[in-house]
Amino acid sequence: MEEKEIRDELASIRNLMERSSKFISLSGLSGILAGVYALVGAAAAYLFMQNNPVPRRMPLFEFWSNAANVLLILFAIAFIVLMASILTAFILSSRIAKKKGQPIWGKTSKILLFNTSIPLVTGGIFIIILLYQGHDAFIIPAMLLFYGLSLVSASNFTFSDVKYLGLLEIVLGLAAACVPGFGLLFWALGFGVLHIIYGSIMYFKYDK
Amino acid sequence: MKVPFEKLDKAFENRLRLQVMSVLMVNDRYDFNSLKELLDTTDGNLASHLKALEKEEYIMVHKSFVGRKPNTNYQATEKGKTAFKHHLDALEQLIKQQKTT
Repeated sequence: MEEKEIRDELASIRNLMERSSKFISLSGLSGILAGVYALVGAAAAYLFMQNNPVPRRMPLFEFWSNAANVLLILFAIAFIVLMASILTAFILSSRIAKKKGQPIWGKTSKILLFNTSIPLVTGGIFIIILLYQGHDAFIIPAMLLFYGLSLVSASNFTFSDVKYLGLLEIVLGLAAACVPGFGLLFWALGFGVLHIIYGSIMYFKYDK
Repeated sequence: MKVPFEKLDKAFENRLRLQVMSVLMVNDRYDFNSLKELLDTTDGNLASHLKALEKEEYIMVHKSFVGRKPNTNYQATEKGKTAFKHHLDALEQLIKQQKTT
């Protein structure tokens, strides 16, 4: 066996170990785009709330009947941002997956999704509870915190860089909880700016 | 020049077997279909090499059902893991020797 042959063999083993245990086809570009969508969404929400302030501190029934429309539109914005981000990530990542020979819906991506969804679903339910109980100041901190936790747990099953994004989201979430009234700003920072920075780093590091 | 070819494991002479073993080193268990997809090989080819590894007692087979479909999972044994490490060490030594000569 020639030296080059052995080196190739060792390289292919390392590649296989990574490819079999981690989903390494996450697209950095989709992170950048998700950040852009989030900033557009945050701007839309800001402009909307300028004209339609969210009513606060009312009995539950009244709250829902008065605030329903305002909240519904804010939720619609968040929902559109979320769906657009997921769709973009899916399309761009499946292209990379094809190139790397990794199935988009295979063992690694399933494990990744499962581990991300535990903190995310918990957070989602918790946020609905916060909303019902009228603790609206903690909704955005909770979003950032649970999203950060889900990224940290995801980082074991994809690029480990995701961990640092997760930790930053957690720090932002805790900061947002300390300074109520600036929720949207923190939201734009966490879901917009951080995603753009992280996505760019990942794009130059792995996408090519 | 004395090259320790004899230290290389015969069971890993085949590339696919070595690849299967590398996957099982970093994953507790891996199922047949995922292996097939990952290594881009055919049912028959993969099955025969898995049999060979099983015969060496390098891997364990777990059979179960998901719904009605049979689902076969593979797991590396301690013996298999040790053999894999020795094989890699031998490869490394080969490189070192070729460098010095």
